[in-house]
Amino acid sequence: MAEIVSQEHGKKGGKKTLKKRLVRIDMTPMVDLMCLLITFFMLTTAFSKPKIMEIILPEKIKKEKEKQEAPKIAKSRTLNIILGPENKVLWYTGAVDDPKNPPPLQVTDFSPTGIRALLLERNRALFKKIDQFNNDVISGKIVMPRDSVEAAISRLKKEDDTGPIVLIKAYKGANYGNFVDILDEMSIIGIARYTFVDISWIEEQMVEKTLGIAPEQPAKK
Amino acid sequence: MPKIKLPTKQPFIDMTPMVDLFSLLLVFFILTATFRAQEPAPVDTPFSISEKPTPDFNNMIIVFSNDKRVFFNVDNGPDTLLKFRPKILAEIGKQYNIEFTEAELRKFEKLNTSIGVPIEKMKEFLNTDDASVRDALQTGIPYDSVNNQLSAWVLYTRQINPNVVASLKGDAKTDFPTVRRILDILQDKNVNRFNLVTNLKAVKVEEENIQQQ
Repeated sequence: MAEIVSQEHGKKGGKKTLKKRLVRIDMTPMVDLMCLLITFFMLTTAFSKPKIMEIILPEKIKKEKEKQEAPKIAKSRTLNIILGPENKVLWYTGAVDDPKNPPPLQVTDFSPTGIRALLLERNRALFKKIDQFNNDVISGKIVMPRDSVEAAISRLKKEDDTGPIVLIKAYKGANYGNFVDILDEMSIIGIARYTFVDISWIEEQMVEKTLGIAPEQPAKK
Repeated sequence: MPKIKLPTKQPFIDMTPMVDLFSLLLVFFILTATFRAQEPAPVDTPFSISEKPTPDFNNMIIVFSNDKRVFFNVDNGPDTLLKFRPKILAEIGKQYNIEFTEAELRKFEKLNTSIGVPIEKMKEFLNTDDASVRDALQTGIPYDSVNNQLSAWVLYTRQINPNVVASLKGDAKTDFPTVRRILDILQDKNVNRFNLVTNLKAVKVEEENIQQQ
């Protein structure tokens, strides 16, 4: 570690040699330690910030007076996604016209070949447009600042009128992770119109029937 | 010919400038490091592709864990002189007829973890220094319809700091009815815009899927 360097200042055949001692400290272990600490702090500062995902829910109608008619949307474009238990995703198109004879539910999951393929199939035109736009930005065909890229994409979404209108509903057995996952799928595929709505009792029954869950008995009072 | 004298000593590299440099860097990183506040309950946030960072201030975070406990956290605002946290606590105390002392309010201001203590136990929580007692008191903020303290927290936070944005930070395994209940409470207080706190996960959509057409 510390090393004592002695230098001899002797004159030939002169007096006794006078030793001048210089203390030198080896700094290498200290450098090692500091390197480690710096690495630690660099890694913790750079990656500690969690990300956020924005979501806007439709406002609740509280007063009777404010009640307005539900917006009319084309049945053919409507895609209902119900989050089921055990990471299952159920979906049907259109709406329930006859409660006694509901449309069949399709069961799928969160894998890339599951719900993502389905959404991609229906949203292909818009997805292609957004993808093309992103590629153009990356390759330098279109030059614009970062902020306006997002605005341009949301304009593309607004103009689109072929993609599905997705209504997301959650059955009792679903968990929070499913909810975030499905919203994430929406942004991956670039679905222009989606919202989260309450599940109706008919749909609950449809889920129970499809998955073979015994409906909950109402508690006796 | 005189012999060439070979140096007998080993070469010695002076490390001092390197140490100087590293100390500087180290000090810089220590000062800029923002440590994540320890959550009172384990929360595994779900993954998403979103790359938006969490806002530094004007942010109220509602944390919910797998065991249905709900915690609340809010910052002091863009300027620490604003002291939003003690103001919010004082307002809530007023509603529940609890008077907090100056020292208790100051202690609450400094606290940077999420709070999951019913308001009746808050005094006890602020006056103890024992970590195990504190943990035992973190039973979650009540949010049922009889005793809806979460709603009070949201209401007063928005009154004191109108620019606040709600963030939800939840465990991915939390059952949906709990989440729905929290969303309902927030929507009752006219909060319709949420930030969901997630971890980043890159997803690439396969090109073949598009070309199949």
